[in-house]
Amino acid sequence: MSSETDAYDHAGSAGSELSEMDIRVRALETVLTEKGYIDPAAVDRIVEEFETRVGPHNGARVVAKAWADADFKRRLLDDATAAANSLGYVSRVGDHLIAVENTPQRHNMIVCTLCSCYPWEVLGLPPVWYKSAPYRSRAVIDPRGVLKDFGVSLPTEVEIRVWDSTAETRFIVLPMRPAGTEGWSEEKLVELVTRDSMIGTELPKSPRELLA
Amino acid sequence: MNGVHDMGGMHGFGAVEPEANEPPFHNRWEGRVLGIVRATGVFGLWNIDQSRFSLESLAPLTYLGSSYYRKWELGLESRLLAHGLVGEDELAAGHSLRQAKALSKEKLTAAAVDRVMTRGSFARPTNQKPRFAPGDRVRARNINPESHTRLPRYARGHTGVVEAVRGCHVFPDAVMRGEGENPQWLYTVVFAGRELWGEEADPGLKVSVEAFEPYLDPA
Repeated sequence: MSSETDAYDHAGSAGSELSEMDIRVRALETVLTEKGYIDPAAVDRIVEEFETRVGPHNGARVVAKAWADADFKRRLLDDATAAANSLGYVSRVGDHLIAVENTPQRHNMIVCTLCSCYPWEVLGLPPVWYKSAPYRSRAVIDPRGVLKDFGVSLPTEVEIRVWDSTAETRFIVLPMRPAGTEGWSEEKLVELVTRDSMIGTELPKSPRELLA
Repeated sequence: MNGVHDMGGMHGFGAVEPEANEPPFHNRWEGRVLGIVRATGVFGLWNIDQSRFSLESLAPLTYLGSSYYRKWELGLESRLLAHGLVGEDELAAGHSLRQAKALSKEKLTAAAVDRVMTRGSFARPTNQKPRFAPGDRVRARNINPESHTRLPRYARGHTGVVEAVRGCHVFPDAVMRGEGENPQWLYTVVFAGRELWGEEADPGLKVSVEAFEPYLDPA
């Protein structure tokens, strides 16, 4: 478990004994079901959607397409919701997705200091660290320190731009296309795009890392 | 509210700990909570701002000591109780003890799940012209409402530059004051790291917030 563990999960993760939260959530679901407010089959479907269909593979396709297709990249930076939705294979994206482009002069990082806003339609559910106090507190005051936690060090002359998602706009980072990928197909480029590179806490894989 | 949820710039929480190959859910109950939150969201009894405020209103130690989905679960319970959809006794018993409250919306079926898998739009039409344009210097107001706001403390009182106009959106502060959506223009406002954190700050740092027009004054 990561930094945001709480005292209520331990029995559950240990195995046979039900944790306080297992019992509490079962009680809640039973009450809501008996009262006819919810259909457990709908809850099953929602969970399944998040476990299978929604995820960072969607964002990776958007990024790879932008790397390979200059016209798509222009449209993505202009209106990311429309551009992502123009790719039939990406799950439908709601309003107001904004793509922010990394350049040799500027590195972008996304955070939600107030809660956990995240572009889940293109990146899936946020990782625990994204929702944790260490990230939410430090990203806006010490982003280079945060990058160090991820093993990333950028030249001091590179500006770091942190986007605090304080409204219903959502951000995805368009990382720089790694060197040595000239002529690569979109399908191959996809493999270089990591979730964290689209949050801005890491860089995409290099062709060498892909082979490793 | 000036709560512990407003964490930007705080010290002492330690290092960020990425987890390799993190699963979508660490425990089965977490997925159930997410699904139940979505399934009860269709009742239309609360919006995203009211959901957020129910989490921010958790006792500080509960907020800081609970995992993400536990906060979600506690916030949902408080909304269900506040709207009289369930009783404390029912949650304790783990069973319904009385008739359900009549709702105006149909319950979400498995076949209709797709419609909760796309984020709703919070953009709203307006006759008002935006007060600010890209390039304008603005100062974030020094406001300290006890109710919900989306202007983080670290930005209040500081001067930045409008970078983009994002359209007119539902104003969270008004929703929680019971004033309806009262849509307002939304801007991306960029602050220099040194403006926010002082001379010792990284000269190459810039931080932007998404600020509603009532958060801003011309500077």
